[in-house]
Amino acid sequence: MRVALFVTCLVDLFRPTIGFASVKLLEEAGCTVEVPRAQTCCGQPAYNSGDRADAKAIALQVFDGFAGYDHVIAPSGSCAGMIRVHYPELFADDPVNLPRAQELARRTWELTSFLVDICRMEKVAAHWEREVTYHDACSGLRELGVKLQPRRLLASVAGLRLKELPGAEVCCGFGGTFCIKYPEISDKMVTDKEADIAATGAAAVLAGDLGCLLNIAGKLYRQGRRIEARHVAEVLAGLTEKVPPIGAPR
Amino acid sequence: MLATSRDFEANARAGLANDNLQRALGLARSGFPLRRQLAVERLPEFDRLREIGRSIKDHTLEHLDFYLELYESKVVASGGKVHWVRTPEEACAAVLQICRSVGAKIVTKGKSMVAEEMGLNEFLEANGINPVETDLGEYIIQLRREPPSHIIAPAIHLMKEQVAETFRTAHRSLDSERSLIEPRQMCDEAREVLRPRFLSADVGITGANFLVAETGSSIIVTNEGNGDLTQTLPRVHIVVTSIEKVVPTLEDAATLLRLLARSATGQEFSSYTTISTAPRRPADLDGPEQYHVVLLDNGRSALLGTDFQDMLRCIRCAACLNHCPVYAAVGGHAYGWVYPGPMGAVLTPSLIGIEETGHLPNASTFCGRCESVCPVKIPLPKMMRHWREREHAKKLSPPVYRTGLFLWARVARRPALYHALAEVASRVLGWTGQYRGRFRSLPLATGWTAVRDMPAPEGRSFHSLWAKRHK
Amino acid sequence: MSDGRERILGAIRKSLKRGPLDSNTAAQLRGRVAAHQRNLIPARAMALDHAGQVDLFITMAGEVQATVARVGSLAAVPEAVADYLAAENLTAELVVAPDPNIDAIPWEARPLLRIRRGRAEGADKVSLTPCHAAIAETGTLMLISGRETPTTLNFLPDTHIVVVRRDQVVASYEDALDRLRADRASDKLPRVINFITGPSRTADIEQHIELGAHGPRCLHIVLVEDGGAIGSAEDDEQRNAAAQ
Repeated sequence: MRVALFVTCLVDLFRPTIGFASVKLLEEAGCTVEVPRAQTCCGQPAYNSGDRADAKAIALQVFDGFAGYDHVIAPSGSCAGMIRVHYPELFADDPVNLPRAQELARRTWELTSFLVDICRMEKVAAHWEREVTYHDACSGLRELGVKLQPRRLLASVAGLRLKELPGAEVCCGFGGTFCIKYPEISDKMVTDKEADIAATGAAAVLAGDLGCLLNIAGKLYRQGRRIEARHVAEVLAGLTEKVPPIGAPR
Repeated sequence: MLATSRDFEANARAGLANDNLQRALGLARSGFPLRRQLAVERLPEFDRLREIGRSIKDHTLEHLDFYLELYESKVVASGGKVHWVRTPEEACAAVLQICRSVGAKIVTKGKSMVAEEMGLNEFLEANGINPVETDLGEYIIQLRREPPSHIIAPAIHLMKEQVAETFRTAHRSLDSERSLIEPRQMCDEAREVLRPRFLSADVGITGANFLVAETGSSIIVTNEGNGDLTQTLPRVHIVVTSIEKVVPTLEDAATLLRLLARSATGQEFSSYTTISTAPRRPADLDGPEQYHVVLLDNGRSALLGTDFQDMLRCIRCAACLNHCPVYAAVGGHAYGWVYPGPMGAVLTPSLIGIEETGHLPNASTFCGRCESVCPVKIPLPKMMRHWREREHAKKLSPPVYRTGLFLWARVARRPALYHALAEVASRVLGWTGQYRGRFRSLPLATGWTAVRDMPAPEGRSFHSLWAKRHK
Repeated sequence: MSDGRERILGAIRKSLKRGPLDSNTAAQLRGRVAAHQRNLIPARAMALDHAGQVDLFITMAGEVQATVARVGSLAAVPEAVADYLAAENLTAELVVAPDPNIDAIPWEARPLLRIRRGRAEGADKVSLTPCHAAIAETGTLMLISGRETPTTLNFLPDTHIVVVRRDQVVASYEDALDRLRADRASDKLPRVINFITGPSRTADIEQHIELGAHGPRCLHIVLVEDGGAIGSAEDDEQRNAAAQ
């Protein structure tokens, strides 16, 4: 299968490791991976700010950049959800572009759900001796049904023990521009989240969305916790020895 | 009711700093979702019932004029009267006129959010009539002169010590040495104090969870029994309600009732679900002599045929409030009007205008938990987003965000420029942040770094690294 | 007020971008209402036979803190009531619904029980009523108002005792509503239908559940195994027809 990686703006800027981990996993699953250059963002910041015009313009760019691939994969439930669920809504009144949106939506996936549900990947070769807990990022969970897939693959990581997080499905308070616009409310939400994480006793927290992870990691450090934050892709791809966790010195 | 939604930010801050409120919200945040979950797991058909409930409501809304006319004809045929009112002012006037016609001095009330919309209590007091809230939570906040903070548990923001203090201050005739520590004692005291009011009331006012077109009935769903005493003992029963509450048949009501209690409190059914149809019959030994329905529009008709029509499906269960992390952080008063939480974030702008209430649909991460628990599948985040679109079109959001968004979008639409800037930013921030791995403070991101560190980028953008690898 | 009516209906139609419904559609909708078809009913009680439904009713009622005593016939009710009041340390005094369905209870078998028939007043502590149906799905009692079943009996006293005949147990709310419709000569509903599921309660203070907020603190159900003695649905119908 010839697939395209939708890098996502946060991965591109903050943590390319996640992109490379995704490529590695997709290649392990037997895919040929390309990274279209003409991609920037999925348009969600504009869309969620009520700016449909810019969101549509960016979406059209995505249609063009990702045409022709069997599948489009994003290491983010939020961006994959934008394309799968919201692009068709964005073009609901546009008979020319709606079919393009629907067609792209059908072949766009969050990474772990693609690996498990489409590639039927059952295990990975990675090993990591750690007790971890897992935060279910909202978009992936509720828009795309991503829940069991990352856990399935993590269960195959040698040495890894997963302790479920109470309130795993409660929002961490990132919410894109929300954490900037309503910082005190966001802080309350992320404080509750990091307290829940610390209470599990786990040494690391994983998730499938970098926005959540930047938020959670930032709070863990500020609270003085020694808990690592990593994207699930980097753990599954076996990069934990090579790359320090999010927010750690290089 | 006067809205303070404009002050959401300050109200939210006050809520976050209020220790009593935070403790109270902590109790609610853990309790409600678990109880709902257990009730849902116990009923395998729950999800199919949600779909049916949604379609019952959608069908009714598409034919709302028909069902309201049918409803009225049935009310009249059984000896009741319907007062069609467009605004809170007209609604208050209608209630006052009925009260005056029987020389009412004391009016008992069951819980009604429509009555809060109307500002009914203040209006009656200003006109020499004494309204007595009888729902325990409503009674407590009436004594404290506060608005409700939750649509089914109005006093949820209070700890028991605060309730005790309120009762001590208000119930002066009781022994000041009495013990008032446990909720049991306060409940008994309220029962004792309110019983004579029930018995002496001239008029009883309730809301309605549903109106049934088939039979001209109103349905109230309660646990305390106060609604039933309110509507049975006085000579006059007034139902204050709104146009979207009507459903076609008793069977349709039964379906929605299966969804309501489970979604609200996790109960299989409420203690008292009462279907009322008109005044007492000639041979009845008790019951009101008059039955009036004050049927309020207040902007709901204007939502039909718009992006917001789905909001009219709401059956006021409060599941969305109970599952919302923003509500759980700031409490109901922050929203500044009758309806808090996700449903309030959509309905409040619809009823009193987005100019006053702009913060409400913005103070959301769109986590989607509300929609996932809504018994009638209202797409709440989608409708909050529609409000954001209206604000964007009207240029109502603060200039700094509009400008930031504008610049960001211009860059995002130019991949080459975007990649160049991303590479620069990741190099600069990556280089400055490499020793600690994160920033304790960052200019232009003080909202973030005031409370959390900002992890540093790895130093090169993905695209530049990819391009290098694949030369 | 008719001005308000026309304006609101007009506003609704304007928003829906149409005028009043055409006569065909209106007739269809009237038909839909008249048919009052059942929507999906959970299998929980429907899949059981009647004995199973009775057991389910008792279990569900117990879950909401109603108490249930089973007796063989109406003749055993006075003893069951006297025992209950004694066990609960309540005065042996009750106000009873003047309903022919329970007139046959031989109160004279327990002469120390003081019985008054009529509606409830503020000072009454214990009431006893029949019911119209007992719904197994959630342990819910359906009581209807009428000249023989004043509503105050259900709400004013601290303790409410309900006599349920075994053959009044039905599976669902819809079954109970159908029985009501069948039992009534006219198509008008009683002034009030009370669906009662356990005693009164509140959780308004710190989420603590307390029973007896404003309505009864205690709901006691006396389930009479032999249903026939106090009349059947047909008897009710004849009685109601005579009352019109």
